[in-house]
Amino acid sequence: MLLIQCPYCDDALPELEFAYAGEAHIDRPQDPSALSDEEWRDFLFIRSNVKGVHAERWRHINGCGRFFNALRDTVSDRFVTSYKAGEPRPDTSGKEPAQ
Amino acid sequence: MNAPVTSFDAVSVAVLPPVARFNLRIAPADLAVASRIFGLTLPAKIGEGARNGDRAAYCIGPDEWLLHAAEVDQSAIMSGFDTARAETPHSITVLSDREIIIGITGPAAIDLLSTCCPLDLSRMAVGHAKRTVFDYAQVVLIRDGDDAFRLEVWRSFFPHVHGLLEIGVRELAIGL
Repeated sequence: MLLIQCPYCDDALPELEFAYAGEAHIDRPQDPSALSDEEWRDFLFIRSNVKGVHAERWRHINGCGRFFNALRDTVSDRFVTSYKAGEPRPDTSGKEPAQ
Repeated sequence: MNAPVTSFDAVSVAVLPPVARFNLRIAPADLAVASRIFGLTLPAKIGEGARNGDRAAYCIGPDEWLLHAAEVDQSAIMSGFDTARAETPHSITVLSDREIIIGITGPAAIDLLSTCCPLDLSRMAVGHAKRTVFDYAQVVLIRDGDDAFRLEVWRSFFPHVHGLLEIGVRELAIGL
């Protein structure tokens, strides 16, 4: 079973307790009405679709209930690290995936 | 109440009497205020529990606690928190009728729960509580002893969860 480290519970817990919530670090534009249709489309729908280490949001919905961010390798499905919402993406260059 | 009880030597499943139950959301910095009103020091770390007589508190989120008390104390506890609300913002909700408690005891309790619960229950400390899933139904699991657990499940999920436990008990009884 895939275990996911929840940074709030500080424990590795089964994937069944978690829900995936899309790509992380996408900021809502400060002034949406100033954007062109293409820029608004890009904000709403266009995602990076990384092959490799991907920053993504997860929610520990059947646990503490919190959203957090995780770095996961989309090729091997291994989680590199997870961190609390609002924290910057950690620099993991040169680090081997954990677990 | 004619509570359904299913048991054999290694594990028994019983519906426990109702308690007053609250969900408390409060900033961790204000935990001392909540502890004073409730009359029990609330645990600060997720998963931990505290118990004194019929009062119990379990930390299930960074700012979320599950409180248990005797049914007769429900309105007194609510008015205590209402009085403090002006100075200490918080949210307290009565969940007494939302959930049903199932007691699971016996040497095979972990085997029975493991049929539907994905947690590694051997790592769970006695006295701790966790919100988790039981065959896709959200439950709160409380460990009272090495082989004693309580499962709090929403009323609407109860027939499904209790039915699965009954099947599990029968399977364990015949050695499957």
